[in-house]
This record gives sequence, C-alpha cells and structure tokens, in this order.
Amino acid sequence: MSAILPPAVGGSAAPTDPAIETGGGTGLWKDAFLRLRRNPQAIAGAVIIGLFLLVALLAPILAPYGGNELPGRTEITPTTIPGPGEIGGYPLGLDRFGGDLLSKLIWGAQASLLIGVVSTALGLAGGMLLGVLAGGFGGWVDNVIMRFVDILLSVPNLLLAVSIAAILGQSPYAIMIAIGVSQIPIFARLLRSSMLSQRGSDYILAAQTLGLSRGTITMSHLLPNSMGPVIVQATLTLATAVIDAAALSFLGLGGGLPQAAEWGRMLTYAQAELSIAPQLAFLPGACIAITALGFTLLGESLREALDPKTRQK
Amino acid sequence: MLRVIGKRIALLIPTLFGLSVLLFLWVRSLPGGPATALLGEKATPEAVARVNELYGFDRPLLTQYFTYIGKLLQGDFGVSINTGRPVLEEFATRFPATVELTIVALIFAIGIGVPLGYAAARHYGRFVDHSSVVLSLIGITVPVFFLAFIFKYLFAIQWSILPPDGRQNPRINATHFTDFYVLDGLLTGEWDAAWDAFLHLILPGLALGTIPLAIIVRITRASVLETQNADYVRTARAKGLLERTIRGRFILRNAMLPVVTTIGLQLGLLISGAVLTETVFAFNGIGRFLRDAIFGLDYPVLQGFIIFIAILYAIINLLVDISYSIIDPRVRVQ
Repeated sequence: MSAILPPAVGGSAAPTDPAIETGGGTGLWKDAFLRLRRNPQAIAGAVIIGLFLLVALLAPILAPYGGNELPGRTEITPTTIPGPGEIGGYPLGLDRFGGDLLSKLIWGAQASLLIGVVSTALGLAGGMLLGVLAGGFGGWVDNVIMRFVDILLSVPNLLLAVSIAAILGQSPYAIMIAIGVSQIPIFARLLRSSMLSQRGSDYILAAQTLGLSRGTITMSHLLPNSMGPVIVQATLTLATAVIDAAALSFLGLGGGLPQAAEWGRMLTYAQAELSIAPQLAFLPGACIAITALGFTLLGESLREALDPKTRQK
Repeated sequence: MLRVIGKRIALLIPTLFGLSVLLFLWVRSLPGGPATALLGEKATPEAVARVNELYGFDRPLLTQYFTYIGKLLQGDFGVSINTGRPVLEEFATRFPATVELTIVALIFAIGIGVPLGYAAARHYGRFVDHSSVVLSLIGITVPVFFLAFIFKYLFAIQWSILPPDGRQNPRINATHFTDFYVLDGLLTGEWDAAWDAFLHLILPGLALGTIPLAIIVRITRASVLETQNADYVRTARAKGLLERTIRGRFILRNAMLPVVTTIGLQLGLLISGAVLTETVFAFNGIGRFLRDAIFGLDYPVLQGFIIFIAILYAIINLLVDISYSIIDPRVRVQ
C-alpha cells in the first residue's frame, strides 16, 4: 500500500525510524497519526479542541456562576450594560439579562461541544448504517436507499434540520437529533461511494475466493478499508455541527430559558444591544468560530495524512 | 441537448414525488397534528374537529395525499398561517429581494474568488497563496450570522457609512413594479432610489458571499494547480504560444469546470445563509419570511418552500450541466 511499509513489516526487521519502533509496522492509521504529529496545522487544531474540551469538562469548577444564574440583575439598565473590566466581580462584564458573560461563555462551550459531538455521532451512525446497506448489498437495496438520500439532499441542510426540529418540539435534544439526521445523507453517500471504489480490489476478490460470506466481507474487509474519507468528513462535520447548532438556536429553536448559556442563543439577544455592548455578540461569535476552526484544521490535516497521493513524503 | 434536458427532467420526477410524500408525512407528524399546527396549541377540541373536517384531515391518509398532490400540481401551495395569504403570492413578492441579494453575494464571491484562487495557484507557496488559504479557512469557520454582526457593527454603527438594515430608506418614495428595487430605480430613472437600494445590498451581500467565496477560492486554486502542470500546457509552451494565450485559453478555461459545478452547488448554502443574514439585517426577503415561518411553525410556507427549492436546485444543476458544454466542447461530444 505504501512505500513506507517494507522494513518494518511484522516488526522483524530493525526499524530505522524510532517513531515506528513501538508497533509492528506502519498501518494506514498509524502512519496517519505519525504524520499528524509532524503537521503544525494538526497540532494547532488539536490544541484548540483540547482547550475547549477542557473548559467544557471543567465548567462547574471554572465558571464563577451557573449558566442560567443572573447574579448582576440589579447592575444593568435599559441603556447601560457593564462591559469587560467595568464592574468588579465580572471580568467580562454582564449581558442583557444580568448574567456573567464569562460564566455563560464557559457553560456555552459545554452546550456547543455536546451538541456538536452527539449530533455528529448520530449522523455518522445513521449514515454508516445506510451506507453499509447500500454499498454492501447493492442491487435494489442500494437503489432504494440512494433515492431516499437524494431526496434528503435536495433540501438545504439547515432547512432539513429546521423541519426535523419542528417535529420534535422545543428542546436542546431536538437540535441534536435534527442536526444529526440532517447529516445522515452525506455520510451515507460518502461511505457508499468509498465502498464501491474498494469493491473491485484484489483483496476483496481474494476473500471471495476463500469462500467468505458476503456479510463477513462487507463488515470485516470492505467497511474498515472504506472508513478513511468518512472519518475525515466526520471531523469536518463537527465544525459544521457546532455552527449549525448555533444557527438553529440563533433562529430561536431549542427551547429553554432566554438567558440559557448557549453561544448561538447569546447572539440572538446580543442583536438589540449591538451599538451599546458589541462584546455580547463578538465573544460568543468568536468562540463558535474558533471551535469550528479547530475541528476544520484537524479534519483537513487528517485528510492530508490519509491521502495516498501524499503519503510517501 | 434537448434529449439531455428531457432525461434530466424525467429523473427529477421520482425525487420530487418522494419529497412530496415525505413532506406530506412531515406535516402529519408535527406535534398535535396539522390542525393544531394551523390553530396553535391552545385550540379547543371543537375547533380542531372543525378544521379537521374542513381540510379533510379526518379522511384516510391516501385520500388526503391525493388531494394534496392534486392541489400542488395546480400550483396551489396552500395559505400561510401567519399572514393568511396564499404561499405562492408571498413568495412572489419576497423572492426578488433574495435574488438581488444572492446576485450581489455571488458577484462578490466569483469576482474575488476566481482571481484570488488563480493568483494563489500561480504563486504557489508564496504570500498570495498563504493568504488565500487563511482567507478561505476564515470563510468556512466564521458563522455567516456572526460575520453579519461584525459588518453591521463596523460599517453601519461604528463608521456609519452604510445603512444597517432594511431594503431601502422608507423616506425615498420609490415606485416598485418588479420588486427588484435596484432594477425598479433604474427602469423608472429614479437614480437615488436605485443607489439607495444598492447600498442596502452591500453589507448583507458581502456577509452572504463569504461562504461561497471561501469555497470558490479553494476549488479554483486546486483546479488551476492541477491544470497548469498538464501535458497540453507544456506542449502549448513548447509551441511558443503567448503566455497570455496559454493562461487564458488553456489553463483558466480548463480549470473552470469544477469551479462552475461548485458555484451551482452553492445554492443550498446561499438559501440557508439568506435566512440568517436577512434576519440580522432586517432585510425583507424570502429568508426572513422563512425565519418567521420557522418561528410560527407556518407549515404551509415551509412545505411550499422546500418543494420550490428542490425544483430550483434541479433547474440550476441543469443549467450548470448545459454551461459545461459551452466551457468545454469535449463534454458536448459525449
């Protein structure tokens, strides 16, 4: 599969590259990981995501106040909202409701990452199921599934998510499911085409000659070898999921309290105060953008690392 | 060519049919059913029963579906719950605004994206290239509504050089007969009105155009990188053709195919983006109308719009395919 393979196969030959020493040979994923470690873009993405993940996990410790608490309710007036450093005890100032902006940004990290990860996992699972059925069985199963996927793809992604959220009612779970389901068609199509491209390979022919069942070939040969593009897409989709989740709650979906600590929601209520307190829009917006940037950097370096055309370098 | 078009339209029919079934089922699965969706959650059981009878929601599903599709085929998309006017009429008055906005966004995206992507590929690994990569990363990762906020804050609030919202200053008493405000102004000779409408388009247009811009820069760059090393380009150089001819007729023209496809595929993103940008700029187009429909669960509007977009999508993809044969005669032969 690659020019890197020869000396290290089976771990028998003495490896020259110390990085390869630990394993018995460089598989596709191991090689990709080694290359990721050397790519500054990948490291930047990983650091960004790691930081946000840490903030999200440690939110109860890091945040001075709860996500829905309004400790500074008495400090705000219709025309003044204390900004960063303008009022003691609230390092980034207050928001329209009297909530502590810093706390809300921290809790917002939790909400956004949770929605992003859960919805992408959902889309990935659903898309893989459909993709495996279509790509593994072919024939009429493939036809039915792909026509269904075509129909879903004829609706713009955000509208599809909105329509699904409308059925599920107003709740954060509705947003997760809606975004997850709206991603299914992309994953399904990607996995199917990736499987189709592997189908004619020699190793599949070999497996067939050995008399392995269709199910075994699909699940233990075809699927693992077709996962590369899907995993790249999943990483990139995490970025769009975070952005789409913010967009849906910006549009007023997702229910909960108006002061809920969610980045998209915070932007909704920052609209009216743009001239007196622009930080209310800029800080949550920057958080969304940086999170999305982290996932995008990671996803694109993963794509590069898995690309057979550039692997030898 | 006609046969290709006919075949494409024939392929579209099963997709639209499936979509209509899905949308039909979608309305029936809204919380409380279609009658509650129409009347709101506080409706009395009697009112629900009356609406069920009036609209035939109590009849068998199959009968209901055929009534629905029959109406749809006659161009009857139902009546908006929020405004009480026919959905199609509402679209007709708002669609021009969004078309104007999209045109500005696309002109911006193509006008900057193609030259920048081309320059990045020509100067691969140099400053232009790096900045194009950074720019396209920003375009992909910054949410369009946040970008809209930034533009609005800087250009409309901080520096006050562009209007913050709306489609036209209401104090300008402009005549409208096409609902394309810029065009109206130009046709009636009301230059002020046209100029004012145009100024209102700049900020939302720029915000909306950034997503396709990022994607166009990327695709153009990748595509030019690939074509400029092609054998026929080397041959052209060896023949001693003018560098200008090589770049224009050999590299750029051949590199444009994937770019045109990508531009055609941006429609979905532009529509989703329009919902968000029009909301931020209080721009009275179809996007903002849709946002209100989402808020008020105005299902006839959402339903009608999704069908409308699916058809539009198909038409645009068809136009993209046709444009291939203009850009690349080899496609026509096959």
